[in-house]
Amino acid sequence: MLNEQEKVVEIRGLVKSFGENHVLRNVDLDLYKGENLVVLGKSGSGKSVLIKIMVGLLKQDKGTIKIFGIDNSNLNLKELNKLRLRIGFSFQASALYDSMTVRENLEFPLVRNVKNLTRKEIDFKVEELLESVALPNTINQMPSELSGGQKKRIGIARTLILNPEIMLYDEPTAGLDPVTCIEINNLINEVRERYKTSSIVITHDLTCAKQTGDRMAVLIKGHFTSVGTFEKVFEEATDKQVKSFYDYNFIR
Amino acid sequence: MSKIKKVDKPVISKNLDEFFTGMAKAFSFVKRFFKEVWFPPYEFKEVLRQCYEIGYRSLPLISLTGFIIGIVFTNQSRPSLAEFGATSWLPSLISIAVVRALGPLVTALIASGKVGSSIGAEIGSMNVTEQIDAMEVSAINPFKFLVITRTLAATFMIPILVMYTDFVALMGSFASVNANELVSLSTFFVQVFEAVSFLDIFSSVIKSVVFGFTIGIVGCYKGYNSSRGTEGVGQAANAAVVMSMFLIFVEELLIMQIVNAIRYA
Ligand SMILES: Nc1ncnc2c1ncn2[C@@H]1O[C@H](COP(=O)(O)OP(=O)(O)OP(=O)(O)O)[C@@H](O)[C@H]1O
Ligand SMILES: [Mg+2]
Repeated sequence: MLNEQEKVVEIRGLVKSFGENHVLRNVDLDLYKGENLVVLGKSGSGKSVLIKIMVGLLKQDKGTIKIFGIDNSNLNLKELNKLRLRIGFSFQASALYDSMTVRENLEFPLVRNVKNLTRKEIDFKVEELLESVALPNTINQMPSELSGGQKKRIGIARTLILNPEIMLYDEPTAGLDPVTCIEINNLINEVRERYKTSSIVITHDLTCAKQTGDRMAVLIKGHFTSVGTFEKVFEEATDKQVKSFYDYNFIR
Repeated sequence: MSKIKKVDKPVISKNLDEFFTGMAKAFSFVKRFFKEVWFPPYEFKEVLRQCYEIGYRSLPLISLTGFIIGIVFTNQSRPSLAEFGATSWLPSLISIAVVRALGPLVTALIASGKVGSSIGAEIGSMNVTEQIDAMEVSAINPFKFLVITRTLAATFMIPILVMYTDFVALMGSFASVNANELVSLSTFFVQVFEAVSFLDIFSSVIKSVVFGFTIGIVGCYKGYNSSRGTEGVGQAANAAVVMSMFLIFVEELLIMQIVNAIRYA
């Protein structure tokens, strides 16, 4: 199913520092259409920074990012927003709007970006998405009434409402119990099947990586040291740091 | 994203540098407000919701404070006037004091504590929990939805609250005057309206519009630029109150000078 020819994201020579803190030193990465690419790395290695640069929340110091062939570095806000609508960003801490109900959370991006929808169409879309994340009866709840795992799902549903072609998941399983983790992993795989998305999944959980990823990419000291299938990257790992990542996850 | 670059090494001294970059940042924030407020999308519903929140939040405290200030100020002024046998001037004196100075100032100070801090905390926590980023990545302009709506709501509501405070304070004063000097309500208000001029009312409205804008924009600015992390939220709320109170006093002083210049010209 992997279409090796078609790249949806192409990152070359990406550099990003915050003052003396050189987070990304020289990042190259490709995302192919329809694949799930897992990005692994220690806490603070710059995984979130990388995907925030992709959607223009942060600006790179150097390097290029092409998404659907569009270089995102010198777009004006209108063009950037047009690109952003094709990308779904699921935040590390869900980022649900806590003054709004679940329904309003889902509607908010929809009604502001798609004009002239009828009430019926909006309701239909919202209910369909809640159904697909298996939380239809939370519709009138406030985010504060949801569990961590439920918040993650609603956050994912909210990003799906604009039919993105690329999904960026920032640590979808962080802080969740193992059973819920597996449910979220299944959801990520379902989303790919159902909505035909290409995804980057950020995690430091190898179970999640193995379950959701077609390819792995390990971010160490500001660049990707090894990229490939799970077996290639971990089970045949020669790099000490990659290996320790693997050992740490399974010996615990 | 801010266009102002962070310098790695201090140019003058660290604190002074921070002060000036802070000023420049605040200035560009205000500039952005005036640049974006004219263009759609207009978030009328959110403005209305915020108006309600602002009014509702401040009303009980303002009612109480206004009434008590009316009574206290009347009772404190009475002995001085009594010395000249001029207690019949009480309504005029109080009305001038309330409309020109006390009403706007007291309302603005209470609102900066109640409204400014809650705007600062709300937007600050939205910033910390990446809700603002979430709006941005779904192509929604968070500045429009959060900052412009709240600032407009504060700018509309504070003048209304000021009029309400004026009224309540005058009622407090009437309660005292009525009990002591046996003045009727109609006589009291005839005297009140004789004492205040159009310029008084006009400048009071202008002043409260300025105060309202200050409370709204400062709350939003502090929240929007809060440092990440939970303590950032508290700091934002606190800084919003301190900063807006300070600015309100400065503005009061400036506007008073201008109005007096007009009055005695
Ligand atoms: N807006 C910012 N300003 C300054 N420094 C930042 C900013 N965002 C991130 N950093 C720094 O960049 C580094 C990488 O942060 P990032 O959030 O990408 O880590 P991460 O790999 O996602 O870690 P985690 O697994 O804990 O989420 C950290 O040292 C962080 O302090
Ligand atoms: Mg992160």
